[in-house]
Amino acid sequence: MFHNIPFIAVIVLIAIGLYGVLFKRNLIKIVMGINIIGSGVNLFLIELGYREGGVAPIFTSAPKLEMVLPTPQALTLTSIVINIAVVALMLSLATLIYKHYGSIDSEERRLKG
Amino acid sequence: MTLIEHAPILLIAIPLLAAFLTPIVGRVNSLLRNFEMIIALVSTEFLTILLSYDVIRNGIRTYTLGAKIPGLTSPAGFPVRIILEVDAMNAFISLIASSITLIVAIYCLNFMKEQRILDKFYTLLLLLLTGMLGLTLTGDFFNLFVFLEILSVSSAALIAFYVQRGEALEAAFKYMVISSVGALMVLFAIGLLYGQYDLLNMAAIADSIQGSFLDKVALTLLISAFLLKAGSVPVHMWKPDAYGEAPAPVSVLLLTSALISLYVLFRIFTIFAINPVLLGWILAILGILSIFLGVSMALIQNNLQRLIAYSGIAEIGYIILGVGSGLVEFPSPTGFGFTAISGGLFHILNDTLDLGLLFLIAGAIFYLTGKRDLNIGGLAHSQPTLAVFFLIGMGAVSGLPPFNGFASKLMIYESVYYLNPLLAIIGILGSILMLAIFVKVFSAIFLGIPYDRELRKIPGSMLAVMGILALSIIFIGLFPNLVLESIITPATKALINPKNYIEAIL
Amino acid sequence: MDQMSKIVRTIASLLIVPGVIFGLYVVMHGHLTPGGGFQGGAVIATISALFIVAYGERIKGILDQDVLSLAESMALLAFISLAFLGISVTFFHNFLANSGKIFGASVSGVNPGYLNTGGIIPLMNLAVGLEVSAALSLIVLVMYFSSRNEVVKDVP
Repeated sequence: MFHNIPFIAVIVLIAIGLYGVLFKRNLIKIVMGINIIGSGVNLFLIELGYREGGVAPIFTSAPKLEMVLPTPQALTLTSIVINIAVVALMLSLATLIYKHYGSIDSEERRLKG
Repeated sequence: MTLIEHAPILLIAIPLLAAFLTPIVGRVNSLLRNFEMIIALVSTEFLTILLSYDVIRNGIRTYTLGAKIPGLTSPAGFPVRIILEVDAMNAFISLIASSITLIVAIYCLNFMKEQRILDKFYTLLLLLLTGMLGLTLTGDFFNLFVFLEILSVSSAALIAFYVQRGEALEAAFKYMVISSVGALMVLFAIGLLYGQYDLLNMAAIADSIQGSFLDKVALTLLISAFLLKAGSVPVHMWKPDAYGEAPAPVSVLLLTSALISLYVLFRIFTIFAINPVLLGWILAILGILSIFLGVSMALIQNNLQRLIAYSGIAEIGYIILGVGSGLVEFPSPTGFGFTAISGGLFHILNDTLDLGLLFLIAGAIFYLTGKRDLNIGGLAHSQPTLAVFFLIGMGAVSGLPPFNGFASKLMIYESVYYLNPLLAIIGILGSILMLAIFVKVFSAIFLGIPYDRELRKIPGSMLAVMGILALSIIFIGLFPNLVLESIITPATKALINPKNYIEAIL
Repeated sequence: MDQMSKIVRTIASLLIVPGVIFGLYVVMHGHLTPGGGFQGGAVIATISALFIVAYGERIKGILDQDVLSLAESMALLAFISLAFLGISVTFFHNFLANSGKIFGASVSGVNPGYLNTGGIIPLMNLAVGLEVSAALSLIVLVMYFSSRNEVVKDVP
């Protein structure tokens, strides 16, 4: 049970993020929901590589040779970079929408149709 | 060490290099930037033709990034490093992608003259081509995710190109939200598959997959995410806004990227054939719903580009219907299954040409009159060539005999009739309704009293591009067997034989 | 918003040197310790974000949009040229590893971490670090200007 806690945390994070994307009206909250889903998936990827009693997968002065898997860490790094670009783009679009219409409420126009 | 050995990676690297060069060259001189972009696109097209000729003649070609020789995929019995794999199906799709981008870029040279920040537009266009070609040629799941995100971000930035219009910004925001939820679903599914098998290569996972519950969850997530990117019925909400608000040449490229997402979908479920009968039926039902919803919503539209977008949803429904009904006969489709899959793949080619021509005509109308809706009358008197092109496009989309839509739709109707006659009848009704829609559009825009304002001339390059598309439509319509035997049938054979795909790597 | 008080500006100016040096350390040692191009670039970008917050209005003379955009494009070109240089074997081939040239000593197993190893990986780390720091600083700068209801000058 103790070893399953990160997976339960992943499911909770994805559920909170999906609630934010689907049910909130403020545009910034929708963007933050996407960010939280991204964090949940990143946590899931790192958790997949855990091996019992392993250390960080670095060869510089390693205490022992049994390490956790390094491949999911590379995948997670790429995913973090992509999420930063996506969130920056969405926040810029939200700023421009505010300048046009004066409000960032998504119900006023046909934004979620 | 020849050019053909490095061709798969050069197809991705040359547009990427050109995309990074464009801002620097654009500061110096804008004519030089146009020239450099056209050179990059022409060389990509040349390499694509060379590569597809070689692959259809000689078989599958693989490329490993960073190894000692390009073909060394599995030095120790399992695949290491990023591997690109090109077979006949990949070559067909990459031909479509690079040809359409070259044609659209020539169109854009004159269409977008009045905008100020054209450097960024051409950079994003080249990045979009990189994403499309990378998504086509990859053999690795994580590469798929990276190129999918490159595609999504470039498309969203291009949709919001007219920043003075509020609706374009909203459409880009909606597209980006839905697209990134889909991409995160893909990443979750990749994580599930990696956690079970410790492999990221598509062919290696296909070799060692068992049908456990987590595998089915991962495949469901993957298929739903790519259906979301393609725009079929349950998740089609972003399509009308995105295609309606983008500049017209960008809509053509968005359509091509939706068709490439469909290709990835077909590749995934022909390699991992876990439950083909159920999957085939679900896809056929979704195809029918897409056809029905696309044509019925298109009847009531006022904005020309949104109308063409809804008919695009219907055309994607035809493709999914064709390939889905062919999938029911997996793992060895003969008879009607083979015809269905061939018809679906042929329809990908025809759909790009037809809807591309219609979008470019809509762009030309916007260039002439500045209006996006259907309240324009009598353009046929001053622009007879546009009217002829529109008639050709209309006939091709609805499947009339001398045009190419007829050939592929006939193959789809014949084979779907063997599956279930009701589906074929709904398909034929959809085509008839689509003809009705476009007749209404034609009479609203082109017939009637002559247009009262003085119009400028359409530049020669735009007319030439539309002429090339129209000529290809007529040529493929008159000689469909030529295209079928040389390109489509090898592609179908490559798609339904996953063993060749897997053995080339392991 | 206007610039902040003199204490904040002085401390921000003092903090540039340790911040940028730490960022460059993370970039350069990417092949030995955790870090690399993106992480180090993000550290340097937070220093420039600190600068924008501290100096406010007067930042236009210090961080320039044209220079940052040019630096970003140049670094990207350097990255992809490094990948192209090994094309005689394959794309992205590590042609400097285990040879006698600039980053080419060979290594095996557990070691105390020599900087001279790694082939073209440290060079690519440098290119990516420069690009990421320029790009993220440009994003923060443009967002700052657009939030003050100012028309952003178009970067050509």
